[in-house]
Amino acid sequence: MNNTLQIVWLIPFLPLIGFLINGLFRKQLSKSLVGIIGSGVILAAFILSVYVFLQVKGGNTHLAHYFNFINTTSLKVGFDFQIDQLSSLFLLIITGVGFLIHVYSTSYMHEEESKDFAKYFAYLNLFVFSMLLLVMGGNYIIMFIGWEGVGLCSYLLIGYWFKNNEYTDAAKKAFIMNRIGDLGFLLAVFWLLNKVGTVNYQDVFANVDKLTPTDITGITLLLFVGATGKSAQIPLYTWLPDAMAGPTPVSALIHAATMVTAGIYMIARSNILFTMAELTQTVIAVVGLATAILAATIALKQNDIKKVLAYSTVSQLGYMFLGLGVGAYTGAVFHVMTHAFFKALLFLGAGSVIHAMSGEQDMRNMGGLKKHMSITHITFLMGCIAIAGIPPFSGFFSKDEILAGAFAKNPLYWGIGVLGALMTAFYMFRLYAMTFLGKFRGTHEQEHHLHESPSAITIPLIVLAILAVTGGFVGIPEVFAHGAHKLGAFLDPVFADTNKYVAAHAHTEHLSHSTEYMLMGISVAGALAALIFAWNKFSKYQKSDTEETGIGKVLANKWYVDELYDAVIVKPRNSIAAFLNNIVERKGVDGIVNGVGKAVNYGSRQIRLLQSGQVGGYVLLMVVGMLVLFIIKFFL
Amino acid sequence: MPISYYIVLSVTLFCIGIVGVLTRRNAIIIFMCIELMLNAVNLLLVAFSKMHHLNLGAGNPTLASEAQVFVFFIMVVAAAEVSVGLAIIVMIYRNTHSVDVNFLNRLKN
Repeated sequence: MNNTLQIVWLIPFLPLIGFLINGLFRKQLSKSLVGIIGSGVILAAFILSVYVFLQVKGGNTHLAHYFNFINTTSLKVGFDFQIDQLSSLFLLIITGVGFLIHVYSTSYMHEEESKDFAKYFAYLNLFVFSMLLLVMGGNYIIMFIGWEGVGLCSYLLIGYWFKNNEYTDAAKKAFIMNRIGDLGFLLAVFWLLNKVGTVNYQDVFANVDKLTPTDITGITLLLFVGATGKSAQIPLYTWLPDAMAGPTPVSALIHAATMVTAGIYMIARSNILFTMAELTQTVIAVVGLATAILAATIALKQNDIKKVLAYSTVSQLGYMFLGLGVGAYTGAVFHVMTHAFFKALLFLGAGSVIHAMSGEQDMRNMGGLKKHMSITHITFLMGCIAIAGIPPFSGFFSKDEILAGAFAKNPLYWGIGVLGALMTAFYMFRLYAMTFLGKFRGTHEQEHHLHESPSAITIPLIVLAILAVTGGFVGIPEVFAHGAHKLGAFLDPVFADTNKYVAAHAHTEHLSHSTEYMLMGISVAGALAALIFAWNKFSKYQKSDTEETGIGKVLANKWYVDELYDAVIVKPRNSIAAFLNNIVERKGVDGIVNGVGKAVNYGSRQIRLLQSGQVGGYVLLMVVGMLVLFIIKFFL
Repeated sequence: MPISYYIVLSVTLFCIGIVGVLTRRNAIIIFMCIELMLNAVNLLLVAFSKMHHLNLGAGNPTLASEAQVFVFFIMVVAAAEVSVGLAIIVMIYRNTHSVDVNFLNRLKN
């Protein structure tokens, strides 16, 4: 076991150390020291990840076994880390983007009190630790530990400003929604254990042939339920927009770049299972597409800058699931990567704007920030173009790959997907135009305060902008240049089983080059048209007090999904709980207990009167008793 | 003499005793009534013993005297009991200057 990759345990271990130091000594450490420790451990983990990535790229994959996590006669679960192409790519994304966000946070959170500041960094480090555990785990149990860990950290960070009730409610909502999904994940793991007897990825994937189609469909559907919770898909997506209650860097890290991609990672990791379950694939594709469209329509009418980004995240995650559902695993993972770049960029840019606006998040009160914040403006524009899918920015390549995969499966998927992409371009440029173009619409005080953010904020923005612009070049489609899809070639070993299976069973013909050019042309032209339309429409946006009507109102209210859940799930459950509490518990159970007590009390009070102290009375009773016994004895 | 005469006498004595215990308040009279009941039972015991001996145990001296001896035991025990009882009554009288049992309800509550 003398493998150079044996040291990978250091990667999650470092953030754990950072968490312990910052968490335990948060009252003693100064802010700058906390920032250095918090960011430093992530930087070290990032450097190690780069090393690991280079090793993996050189063909060195490794399954590291450290100790037995569960050790019984029938079940052995090792504390294993699996380092291969997929996990090393995720390691780079998590630690790389994570490091930039840590640096950004040192400035963004600077106004917090010293111990709260340390608490924040401790949570961030714990989060990175959990996420690393999730992607490095060599079996589903280790993945589940990380899976739960990120859910917990998400709760802690969304509710970071826990003195605000609305924020803690949002945190609870996120946690509960995640738990619902986690139950599906857990059931799937139990099912796997029952049928295969092991949870190691390699053993499971080697034994898929032994599973019946029903088992595979059931397991994958349950795993997908887990993914809908973590990755915010219908029906469990509503927590993500509410999660914007947390500090903005948290939104960038957790709710855009890393945690929400856990579901994608899990499905990509289990790709062979999913490929063999056709029904599940269809479900995933349809749910992903529906989420993409639903969230995009909601984003059209939101006025909170973070809410727009949140719904756009949900929508982009929908695209990734569409990719997974149609079997374009590489495309989905590719989109995870590019999305991590440009969505982190957009969130951090939005954070920079909010910072400059002294906490204002309503876009109706912004406008004209272009001249005040040039770096934020430029980088934000890059992010918008990238997410809108304009070549040669990164979003174009990844989204195009998913859409091409969708077209090969079913042209209808592609049509709806392109529609969503148009909406993406529209709402992103609505956001951009309302924020940066036109005249400033806020108060004078805010206008006076406007400033470019400090370098700890702008440098991560610049780095992310460069990545968002150039990130797509690792996955240039085959049609442009043969063998230029470096990412696809790199990830190939992970999806080898799937490719073999598909080659043997399915009969999807390859798209001809001309079709592919046409598809790209349509989606790019559409996105450009939506972009220009939004630009023109909103660059001279004026505040108006007119209420939204018709469909606009429905969209502004998020299709009333929250209200629907409230009416269908929360209210009936509350009334059942009230019934159980008032009738069954208070009247029923309490009634029996209290009734017994009262009966004994009353009875003994009555019987006590017999104890009169009169000797005659006692004797009389004795005689009567004796007579009764005589009568019973002789006459009855 | 038929056994029924003895039984009737015993029951009569016993009932007098019961009525006495129930109706009188003087502790000493109650005591005497109790003795009356006790002796009614003794009388019955002796009578049954004699009858039993005549019917079954002719010629068996032990069977003849068993119940009679029992009665002596009962009388001894009764005498001991009476001495304790009288002592109690004396003490009651010393405390309450009365032998009325209806005063003795202070243990109530």
